[in-house]
Amino acid sequence: MQARYSFFSLARNALGYHENWPEAWRSPEPKASYDVVVVGGGGHGLATAYYLAKEHGITNVAVIERGWLGGGNTGRNTTIVRSNYLWDESAALYEHALKLWEGLSQDLNYNVMFSQRGVMNLAHNQHDLRELQRRIHSNRLNGVDSEFLDARGVKEFCPIIDLRQGGRYPVLGASLQRRGGTARHDAVAWGYARGADARGVDIIQNCPVTGFRISNGRIQGVETGRGYIEAKKVAVVTAGHSSVMAGLAGFRLPVHSLPLQALVSEPVKPVIDCVVMSNAVHAYVSQSDKGELVIGAGVDKYVGYGQRGSLPVTEETLAAICELFPIFRRMRMLRQWGGIVDTCPDASPIISKTPVQGLYFNCGWGTGGFKATPGSGWVFAHTVANDNPHPLAAPFALDRFTSGYLIDEHGAAAVAH
Amino acid sequence: MLLIDCPHCGPRAELEFSYGHEAHIERPKAPEALSDAEWADYLFLRDNTKGVILERWVHSHGCRRWFNVARDTVTYEILAVYPMGAEPPALERKTYV
Amino acid sequence: MAQSAPAAARSSQPFRLSEGGRIDRSRSLTFRFDDRELTGHPGDTLASALLANGVHLVGRSFKYHRPRGIVTAGAEEPNALVQVGRDPRTEPNVRATQLELFDGLGVSSQNRWPSLEFDVGGVNNLLSRFLPAGFYYKTFMWPAAAWETYEKAIRQAAGLGLAPSKPDPDHYDKTFAHCDLLVVGAGPAGLSAALTAARAGARVVVAEQDFLLGGDLLSDRTAKIDGRPALEWVAEAEAELRASDRVRILTRTICFAAYDHNFFALHERVTDHLAPADRPEGLPRHRLWKLRTKQAIFATGAIERPLVFRDNDRPGILLASAARSYLNRWGVRAGSEAVVFTGNDSGYATALDLKAVGVRVNAVVDLRAAAEGPLSEAAKAAGLRILAGHAVTGTEGDKRIARLRAAPLDADGKGVRGSGQEIACDLLVSSAGWSPTVHLHCQAKGSLAWDEAHACYLPDRSMQKGQAVIGSAAGAFGLASCLAGGEAAGREAAGALGLEAKASRKKTQAEDRDFLPMRQLYCVPSDKPLGQGGKHFVDQQNDVTAADLLLALREGYRSIEHVKRYTTTGMGTDQGKLGNLNAIGIVAERLGLPLPEVGVTTYRAPYTPVSFGAFAGRDVDALLDPVRTTPIHSWHERNGALFEDVGQWRRAWYYPKAGEDLHRAVAREVAATRETVGIMDATTLGKIEIVGPDAAELLNRVYTNAWSKLEVGRCRYGLMLKEDGMVMDDGVTSRLAEDRFLMTTTTGNAAPVLAHLEEWLQTEWPDLEVFLTSVTEQFATMTLSGPNARKLLAELCDLDLSTEAFPHMSWQEGSVAGVPARIFRISFTGELSYEINVPAGHGLSVWQALYRHGEKYGITPYGTEAMHVLRAEKGFIIVGQETDGSVTPLDLGMDWIVSKKKDFIGRRSLSRSDMADSGRKQLVGLLTQDPKVVLPEGGALVEAMRDATPVPMIGHVTSSYWSPNCERSIALALVKGGRARLGKTVLCPLEGGKTVPCTVVEPLFFDKEGDRLRA
Repeated sequence: MQARYSFFSLARNALGYHENWPEAWRSPEPKASYDVVVVGGGGHGLATAYYLAKEHGITNVAVIERGWLGGGNTGRNTTIVRSNYLWDESAALYEHALKLWEGLSQDLNYNVMFSQRGVMNLAHNQHDLRELQRRIHSNRLNGVDSEFLDARGVKEFCPIIDLRQGGRYPVLGASLQRRGGTARHDAVAWGYARGADARGVDIIQNCPVTGFRISNGRIQGVETGRGYIEAKKVAVVTAGHSSVMAGLAGFRLPVHSLPLQALVSEPVKPVIDCVVMSNAVHAYVSQSDKGELVIGAGVDKYVGYGQRGSLPVTEETLAAICELFPIFRRMRMLRQWGGIVDTCPDASPIISKTPVQGLYFNCGWGTGGFKATPGSGWVFAHTVANDNPHPLAAPFALDRFTSGYLIDEHGAAAVAH
Repeated sequence: MLLIDCPHCGPRAELEFSYGHEAHIERPKAPEALSDAEWADYLFLRDNTKGVILERWVHSHGCRRWFNVARDTVTYEILAVYPMGAEPPALERKTYV
Repeated sequence: MAQSAPAAARSSQPFRLSEGGRIDRSRSLTFRFDDRELTGHPGDTLASALLANGVHLVGRSFKYHRPRGIVTAGAEEPNALVQVGRDPRTEPNVRATQLELFDGLGVSSQNRWPSLEFDVGGVNNLLSRFLPAGFYYKTFMWPAAAWETYEKAIRQAAGLGLAPSKPDPDHYDKTFAHCDLLVVGAGPAGLSAALTAARAGARVVVAEQDFLLGGDLLSDRTAKIDGRPALEWVAEAEAELRASDRVRILTRTICFAAYDHNFFALHERVTDHLAPADRPEGLPRHRLWKLRTKQAIFATGAIERPLVFRDNDRPGILLASAARSYLNRWGVRAGSEAVVFTGNDSGYATALDLKAVGVRVNAVVDLRAAAEGPLSEAAKAAGLRILAGHAVTGTEGDKRIARLRAAPLDADGKGVRGSGQEIACDLLVSSAGWSPTVHLHCQAKGSLAWDEAHACYLPDRSMQKGQAVIGSAAGAFGLASCLAGGEAAGREAAGALGLEAKASRKKTQAEDRDFLPMRQLYCVPSDKPLGQGGKHFVDQQNDVTAADLLLALREGYRSIEHVKRYTTTGMGTDQGKLGNLNAIGIVAERLGLPLPEVGVTTYRAPYTPVSFGAFAGRDVDALLDPVRTTPIHSWHERNGALFEDVGQWRRAWYYPKAGEDLHRAVAREVAATRETVGIMDATTLGKIEIVGPDAAELLNRVYTNAWSKLEVGRCRYGLMLKEDGMVMDDGVTSRLAEDRFLMTTTTGNAAPVLAHLEEWLQTEWPDLEVFLTSVTEQFATMTLSGPNARKLLAELCDLDLSTEAFPHMSWQEGSVAGVPARIFRISFTGELSYEINVPAGHGLSVWQALYRHGEKYGITPYGTEAMHVLRAEKGFIIVGQETDGSVTPLDLGMDWIVSKKKDFIGRRSLSRSDMADSGRKQLVGLLTQDPKVVLPEGGALVEAMRDATPVPMIGHVTSSYWSPNCERSIALALVKGGRARLGKTVLCPLEGGKTVPCTVVEPLFFDKEGDRLRA
């Protein structure tokens, strides 16, 4: 039985020198058979399992993870949460996620430190301003909070931003989503894992999936490093390895796997209290609760599974940061890392049934998956449970690449996530 | 940062080049004869193998010429560079799971 | 014991030895630490100078604000982090152990309030029982809205130093370098490798993070090479290397990252070590070296591990090797009464050296049942008191260690017997063994192998070619092994380069002392269970204790990555250099796994933190990105233009006269162009010459319309699609000759279009004989537009400009103002227009001539904004404004330009199922029902407004202006099923609840017949 987390349980355990805390989740041996096997123990996969159990009463579920929970992009992103997407389909999906974020710590009884410190997207030229206005108008009607700040408003909201005349990229204005912000990425994986486990989901780490058993076009189960596991349905959520998984199941996906890097500075006392993103100068920054500046960079442009980025991207990103914040030039980069992002031709995800019955894929989130975690899990769980796409997920099915009904988020959202 | 041996200019740093994804994809001779699904395959499906892939690069900030590369997408080792139109060299197409 | 000196009182460096060390005693340097003025000498680091003054308390820890002192003498320092200098040249979190002293250096301690001695945050230490690892995941959730209030307090308490508050006035630099061999680390192994390879003729770069070469030899008072003091060998090696023009030695330079294909990043601190007044003008503060090498040798040494015992974090508790460095390199004794705590032989080196300079060594506490090894024997011979089979079970002392307890250790190392004996000391040094610095090898994806005997990871296989690890970084801990390994690696590298390294004249002679035998205990027991009374710190900076690690395991966070992330061990500014292996060992023991099965956390760049400024280099302010201006730019500036950025181009936006705002200026420019003549600088439009017998065929394939029949001398508008059917670019292309075309592109797309054409040409149609050349910058382009354009141009041009001789959509070569020119009669304004291309160098003079002659007509320069209005009145699209990558020609109502007869890029995509959907967004015009209201660009459009969101949207306003010529507002929009809505009303809801009703109309507002164009 799991203990409820609270000030009181913390105090009570302190008296026992914290010797009596139970496991946040069990580490069971895999059973021979499950109703649903979720492949991939990142945030999206764990959220899928959690909502399968909580919203659909499907508890005979295993989450199978080849490494450690949250070890992929969940543990490598810059933790930004927002929903101010341009297209209706995207805005609906990300806004659904944002609403779930707003109660997530309480729902999971695990503090994911979701902090609505506001996300600003800067405009540096007339074209940016037009695109910004378009997005703000569309957001407003989609029920996504979004407001325009002129240059003075930007300065008020983020006093350390540089508005000197003569900078290469003057800041002309910004859109602001006050409900946007950041969350503690690891805690999201752990909180969902704990929540799913409490509802009976088996979480199995260090267990690679090596193949799918398919007969008559229908999924039968998965081959794993720990033997064959039968499954009525299999839900694959393996960002960075989607093509590999699809290959094992015998079909191809329109995704490219690209290295994406991020970095943090050494910790300093609070200096920036919001998220600042810029497409034109190509960087985004916030400050973690620990005091580190968390900085995102662009992708390397070639297919790469190396989970490492190259120096030019770091240089460009930090040059951009120094342009926006000349006071940061003396700050120091402490740690830099890379992840693998699966990107789709239209910069929107795939949440879809597949050519194999009972096999579902959730992938292609590109550089923007973290913010969607609760919503992605929610709609994917629905899709898997009902063998029918959740209405919010329907536009993101694979068939859009055939029909041409793409949801092209490149213009407004591709660079800065 | 990769060191790419441009067949025309010699070894140069990655940042002089642009990427062109899978090599050896031919534009369909009669696009109208294809189904929407077949056309979508041509439009969007590109080799994304975790392992050795044959891909195209262009020396954008050099001779501006396209060429083909065989590269391991895990180790990033470049196994071969060969001109457009040439057959891929015989080499082991290693993959990883 | 050191007392805090009164403010501004000078210290006499009471802990400085009278001789020895690599410092210049002839000069004194004054520096300030908080409110104390102290002195040191050239050659000192801040840490050595503080210790010379008896200052041990230098900082407060991250979480519990415990008093902390200097622990190490190098890059691995977790505690002694200081704030250097004053705003705007201030820098937080600088390791005192690497900060070179200069005269006038001012530093302050961090993370304490109000003072280092009395820190209110210390209350956290009292509450520490309630603040175990991850406590924040379990709390602060009620009420939900309060998290951000809690968070504010947490954030305020976290962080270490302060960011500067003003822009950095210093500058930074970057440079590329190429060499045959990069040697990282200039200790005995690295120097030996560099010497060998350089003698063979290799071009070598040696990178050393320290300001002196020699590595560990700098801290060794007894080492001998060839029978002489080792530092003499170092000096000779340095002299030989410096004399070679093939060798570059970079000191104060850390090779912090290894990338693919033997590409490395190095960070050189160029002037930080100089007093501000001594910093040469023009030198950068830091320099980033981007280095590509054929071979790389990592001679990066090893870092001593501390023992993890109860209350092991008090000031005055150092690494054994650090105390030895301070003694031998800096002539500083870190205390008066010392205890050495060790599990191996190397701790005895410190004990012997301390004793040699007169420090009382009260005991050597040795984890091993018997003190064995050459140095242990020497210590016995020297009469040191050795407590073999003992452990330090606790320490006491407020802001400096005062005493410790040592007790006999159980055979299994899991417990102690009795409460042991008390030993007084003001210095406790510890040694658990040595961890090779394998960071670069691992960053380059090399693998590791566990060495059980030395209890450390050694580099195993390199993933990349041409890389080697040598010296103690490769587990060769003895001096002779380092020298021999360096020589062998240098020879091997030379061989791989095709050079021949001669065998050295004679083998270098040195001792080969290891630190074995050792007893490895990752966590030293005390008489109380872990976590109950006292703290065993594993990561001192982040205040992570052994009990925290066990809590993480208990709660199911078993992967070493989970342990790290849950407890934050190894995530401080030292990135776990000191604590990680101890943490892994503790985890392995608790899980009952062999240590290698626990694995390691990823080694990430940078090895030590690197300033953002170094990465940015000179790419700051105006140099962040090139600004492209036209040859006529200076005229625009002189004539009061305001500019807008379009890509890298800076274009004249509008030319306000006194008192005019954008609206009025644009109205004037627009009116003048329609009424008399306007002139615009269109140089930025992309221009591509397409030459060859198959030039027309290429255009057939990349444009939606047909080109073969275009006559020489004629121009045609073209629409270019991507293969997915979406509009990519548009522009006018003119046939210059049978086999020669000039294509124009939009300003932003000049490069992408050229790349697009080249790609198809080279990869798909190599059989086409066509060459492409960008000529954007070869020509200046100016547009004369308006009823008087012909009259004006005729005054300066030798051509017959009559419509018969020079019709719309044609071009001719002539001269304008005496300059050879190509004149194109094409129009983006709907007026009679001539686009005049002249060689770029003549652009300004031709422009000025046109302007001078045009003054009598009231010629008016117009900018991009007026141009936008003029073209919108005519319903001409702007790619990127009316299109966004999701718009087809059919959506734009431009079916007329889409050939039905031939294939072209993107054609097949236009017949996909979704493309035929009548509900797709289509380009229409909008007229607000109140003509005075101008719609917002980007405004969303709905059929009906409602309060509940989401409100279904049917489109958006792409362009919207006040049209002076229509005397009303006009707009273009993309609307779902737009053409079927002609005459119908749609609403544009504004912020604040108002909606603007508009009528859907054809996207053409002015001169619908086009008479003016053809006039």
